[in-house]
Amino acid sequence: MLFSGLLNPLTVFAKWNKAAFSAVDFDEAVAAYFPEQKIQSTEQITIGVHPIVENGAVVPVKIKTDMQNVESITIFVDKNPNPLIANFDLSPDCIGFVSTRIKIQQPSNIVAIVKSDKGVFSKSTFIEVHEGGCG
Amino acid sequence: MSSSIRLKTRTNAGVTTVRAIIRHPMETGFRIDNETAEIVPAHYINRVILKHKGNVVMSCDWSRAISKNPYLSFMFKGAKAGDKLELIWNDNKNNTDSIETLIE
Repeated sequence: MLFSGLLNPLTVFAKWNKAAFSAVDFDEAVAAYFPEQKIQSTEQITIGVHPIVENGAVVPVKIKTDMQNVESITIFVDKNPNPLIANFDLSPDCIGFVSTRIKIQQPSNIVAIVKSDKGVFSKSTFIEVHEGGCG
Repeated sequence: MSSSIRLKTRTNAGVTTVRAIIRHPMETGFRIDNETAEIVPAHYINRVILKHKGNVVMSCDWSRAISKNPYLSFMFKGAKAGDKLELIWNDNKNNTDSIETLIE
């Protein structure tokens, strides 16, 4: 077990961005993850989520984009204790799509940020939450 | 012990859809155990990697706000039936697990 960190096959990849994941403020989390990058609002991203959520512990979210050469899709929830939820790095073979299930503590904007070879783009959608899911 | 991971694929018109479910508590560190009245320490998957024929096709960095027993789906091109697909996860306690499947 002593050397498990060295043998771990995932440690060779880029470092998990602790500053961004620990940020408690939405703007700080975005700035930590996309330092000094201009983020443009777009309608080319679709956030598939039910607008009213009964149980914030399990919120299915689908992010889609028809943009080409997508490098990453990042999900934020602006009012969560830590707004950065997840990042997905896509290889050139991938389609601009990810689907997962996330926890949302209170009514919030879900913000999807897509990075492509054309720049960094965002789309936001508000959802109502009846029972928070960060317990 | 059975694997913590279920990994399935379906290929249609050259596009492979991957679906995975991982058995994991995804504890936020905010939850209080009803029996002990103590905070359950944070315990969550922070990284997931998918490899197609040994090459990384998708990698995820996760926070504790991914739901318990995480679900992940994505799509990629260029895979053929019988190709190897591997999923590896790692959590904040440095536990890890992986599974290999053949593309369908």
